[in-house]
Amino acid sequence: MAVAFDEMNIPGGDLRPAYQELARWLKETPPEALEYRRQEAELLFRRIGITFAVYGDTESTERLIPFDVIPRIMSGKEWTLLEKGLKQRVRALNMFLRDIYHGRDILRAGIVPDDLIFQNPVFRPEMNGQQVPHDVYVHIAGIDIIRVDAEDFIVLEDNARTPSGVSYMLENREIMMRLFPDLFARHRVAPVERYPDELLSALCSVAPNGASGEPTVALLTPGVYNSAYYEHSFLADKLGIELVEGRDLIVKNNEVFMRTTEGVKRVDVIYRRVDDDFLDPLTFRPDSALGVPGLMSAYAAGNITLANAVGTGIADDKAIYSYMPEIVKFYLGEEPILKNVQTWRCREPKDLAYVLDHLGDLVVKEVHGSGGYGMLIGPAATKATIEAFREKLKREPEGFIAQPTLALSTCPTCTASGLAPRHVDLRPFVLTGSKSTTIVPGGLTRVALKEGSLVVNSSQGGGTKDTWILDE
Amino acid sequence: MLSRTAENLYWLARYVERAEYLARTIDATLRVTALPAAYIGKTNEWDSALLTAGVAESFYQTHEEANEHNVVDYLSFSADNPSSIRNCIEAARLNSRSVRTALTSEMWDTINSAWIELQAVWSKGTSTREDLAKFLRFVQETSLRFDGSAYRTMLRNDAYWFSRLGLHLERADNTARILDVKYHVLLPEEEHVGGPLDFYQWSSILRSVSALTAYHWVYRETLKPWLVADLLILNGTLPRSLASCYDNLTRNLDQIGVAYGRQGPAQRHARGIRNRLEHSNMNDIFQHGVHEFIQEFIADNSRLGEIITKQYLI
Repeated sequence: MAVAFDEMNIPGGDLRPAYQELARWLKETPPEALEYRRQEAELLFRRIGITFAVYGDTESTERLIPFDVIPRIMSGKEWTLLEKGLKQRVRALNMFLRDIYHGRDILRAGIVPDDLIFQNPVFRPEMNGQQVPHDVYVHIAGIDIIRVDAEDFIVLEDNARTPSGVSYMLENREIMMRLFPDLFARHRVAPVERYPDELLSALCSVAPNGASGEPTVALLTPGVYNSAYYEHSFLADKLGIELVEGRDLIVKNNEVFMRTTEGVKRVDVIYRRVDDDFLDPLTFRPDSALGVPGLMSAYAAGNITLANAVGTGIADDKAIYSYMPEIVKFYLGEEPILKNVQTWRCREPKDLAYVLDHLGDLVVKEVHGSGGYGMLIGPAATKATIEAFREKLKREPEGFIAQPTLALSTCPTCTASGLAPRHVDLRPFVLTGSKSTTIVPGGLTRVALKEGSLVVNSSQGGGTKDTWILDE
Repeated sequence: MLSRTAENLYWLARYVERAEYLARTIDATLRVTALPAAYIGKTNEWDSALLTAGVAESFYQTHEEANEHNVVDYLSFSADNPSSIRNCIEAARLNSRSVRTALTSEMWDTINSAWIELQAVWSKGTSTREDLAKFLRFVQETSLRFDGSAYRTMLRNDAYWFSRLGLHLERADNTARILDVKYHVLLPEEEHVGGPLDFYQWSSILRSVSALTAYHWVYRETLKPWLVADLLILNGTLPRSLASCYDNLTRNLDQIGVAYGRQGPAQRHARGIRNRLEHSNMNDIFQHGVHEFIQEFIADNSRLGEIITKQYLI
């Protein structure tokens, strides 16, 4: 594996410009002071109740995501490039979805194989020919970005269903500003606090035609036991909209209403954080108690906007991912600004043969997996694990893709033995309304806290950092 | 507001109020049982603590007899007792999480901190009397903080009123229950009056609704059973009296009615109960049977809970 790109230090001893002030500050700040702040931050998180649940973990049902107090910094110039690339990518995702559920030009052009769409469980035939307001499918996208050098940004994963983590972006900043006012005074950090406003206006802009001038927006959550529940309540609060569960909603005459103490009230836009499968027991899983019976028929009648739209999973599927550069070129006629990680599609015999020969060097992921579950990290795995995985792979090659183990870039991070480089990624949040696509400068930086670890997922012991975009 | 939000606010307030009441009941029982046997007679005070908490039946399914150790544990920490203090705080926090958007940060902080302390400090229960006293104080302070922060920080709208409905309905139920269990020591019968035994029973009742000092200020007399009953049932100046709870319940329901532009069965039912309390005096109540009066009240009160639920919460 190549040497990781160090975001602070240039080999030879110099610092990258964006980190110079932070380095000076770190020199002046005794380690105890840093440790004290770290503890204070943890206390704040606990008191505010910023927790998440880990499924299958019986010990403690609510956990904190470890927060690292050293910010991750990017220059304004770097951000400008990244922002351009993200907008391009999300535009292409939306056009791809519109096409897949309507004309299917891209299939006819032979760019994406048919069976990858039609045999894919996340493809929703219910969406065929269905008009979605303003042709926006992915209103909220979380694009996972990694860096391996100073030039390129690489997309590790597109999240086009119900991406989470934005509350951490906002809360991390709040807490950093409380704990380190002096450090902020020495930098010009672009603010992130307008995210809720931009989200609300994006959601209002895509209200169905029949909605009143001031559309009613609600956030649909699976409930308090969901791992991202804190985020749902946080966002509903910041947006000033009702946080509803399936049982709070009813469908009458193909319109959606919420039950209130004053009777029922019409809802126009649902920012749903419930997966497709659970949205409507009449259409999808009949055992779902989280959904709203009849929601899909109201949707088909054009009386409700769902954000994100149903069926967006077909765009962020790991098998589709490998076609993204072609998808961008096909719809936009532009070279993709953001790179893809080289990906071997195990469904293709040539690729499979290569993967089986190089299991020890590759990362193999389930096509439909998420959250870092069910993947093989070759270089870190034992022989036995690799052999077991080999069997799995042979049995169902179409269920997997493989990628090289990338040396994710590193940032200075607090560890038990002082500051040390740790691997990071970045999830910026891209909002698409009827008229514009916006991104607040920053995102959620996830950091693998264990030395050498490349897994940044919170469910696997990753932490988070505040992400600073310098306003130059 | 969402019906479910109103329902959560209502139950949140009920759970907090219940936790405090349980703490007070334990506290009062500890005081009575600390007296020499001659003062407390043959009644098992821990048994009546279970009765006033309304959990005697479930307790005896798993226990042979009631004593300090097992009743304190059952009322405070038992996971099997759905309305133990621990479960009340757990349920309060769960409700708070569901309605975070309707709570002020001060209210959330109170409940969340209490829940954190419950796990960090009290997960193993208490082993000494001193510990127990600390725990009971912690529970009462949590309730005071919650109540105070609701009062001081909530907007005066339906969210606030629904939360108050829960508080007063639960409080009325608690006061009525202690009267229901102890009514016999309040009867103005010859053999009871003035004995040392009853003095401690009466003060214990008052203490469990934090009204001992209030009694002296209101009546400026030594403890008399019918005055104790008068204070807890009819005296509108005592916040935990049935009359006061119903003043508040009718007011909050009226506020909701005005805000929503319509009255309903809940308003009418509450007003009916309040009128009955207003036009009663202790003489009549004793004449017609204090026990019957209380039992009827408990049924009426829980009926109001059902009507509110039907009218607003589902």
